[in-house]
Amino acid sequence: MAEKTVPSTVDTKAPARRDEGTRGEERFLAPPVDIYETKDGLTVVADLPGVEKDGVDVRVDDGVLTIEGRTARQADGNLIHSEFTLSDFYRQFELGEEVDQERIAAQMKHGVLTIHLPKSEKAKPRQIAVRVE
Amino acid sequence: MNWWTNAFPEMEALRREIDRLFEDVDMPRFARVSFLPGLRARAYPLLNVREDGCAFYVEALAPGVDPESLNITVAHNQLTISGEKKPVNGGVEAEAFHRSERAAGRFTRAITLPSEVDSAAIKADYKNGLLLITLPKAEEAKAKQIAVNVG
Repeated sequence: MAEKTVPSTVDTKAPARRDEGTRGEERFLAPPVDIYETKDGLTVVADLPGVEKDGVDVRVDDGVLTIEGRTARQADGNLIHSEFTLSDFYRQFELGEEVDQERIAAQMKHGVLTIHLPKSEKAKPRQIAVRVE
Repeated sequence: MNWWTNAFPEMEALRREIDRLFEDVDMPRFARVSFLPGLRARAYPLLNVREDGCAFYVEALAPGVDPESLNITVAHNQLTISGEKKPVNGGVEAEAFHRSERAAGRFTRAITLPSEVDSAAIKADYKNGLLLITLPKAEEAKAKQIAVNVG
């Protein structure tokens, strides 16, 4: 019986996609989003009320778009009526191969996060001119 | 007055009563559900009201609202907030949407505060999608400290 070395198949890299249960004790809310498509790409619009510009984290890793928002807490006085709780936000989307991950841009205004996901050049429809001889 | 004209306010009162019962039960806030949530969902924006000795603080969850469109009025102890949340870009066709979860449109909401407020000194700030309205209590509504004389 010969001894042989088998390469490990276990991926030691942390996975880009994490389930809710593995994110500790904190509570997260999935922000409501609008996603629409234009000729040039996709736009993701997410409501992140109470999140400062510095508290928002947008990453793309292994084709997974992660939106994370940390709300700044501040409170005066005693709560006498409550309809919402400010909570941190977390949501992930899987991106298709047609997104150009290098040119993703995001901006934050009035608690709304807008992310532009441009289509890569090869995914854009191309017009082929037909020559008549 | 017919019974059906009364039915909706009655049901609204019942719903509020049941919600209040649940609020007294000591359970984590995230686990709380409202009775007939569809009715509650009509209320926009959602409000938190805080109070201290000299003022009420009304916080409204209103991301993406144009601050120019906000209109806040106070009459006696009735606070009215109205405004408009614009739909994205406007020009995007309905077929272009993959997801549409954010609501948009005009809204108005009125609440009654527990006491009279000083309408001249009300302040409103809109920041990061949260509207914070500070309403100082009227002089006569403030709690007075009474000194006890020891004879």
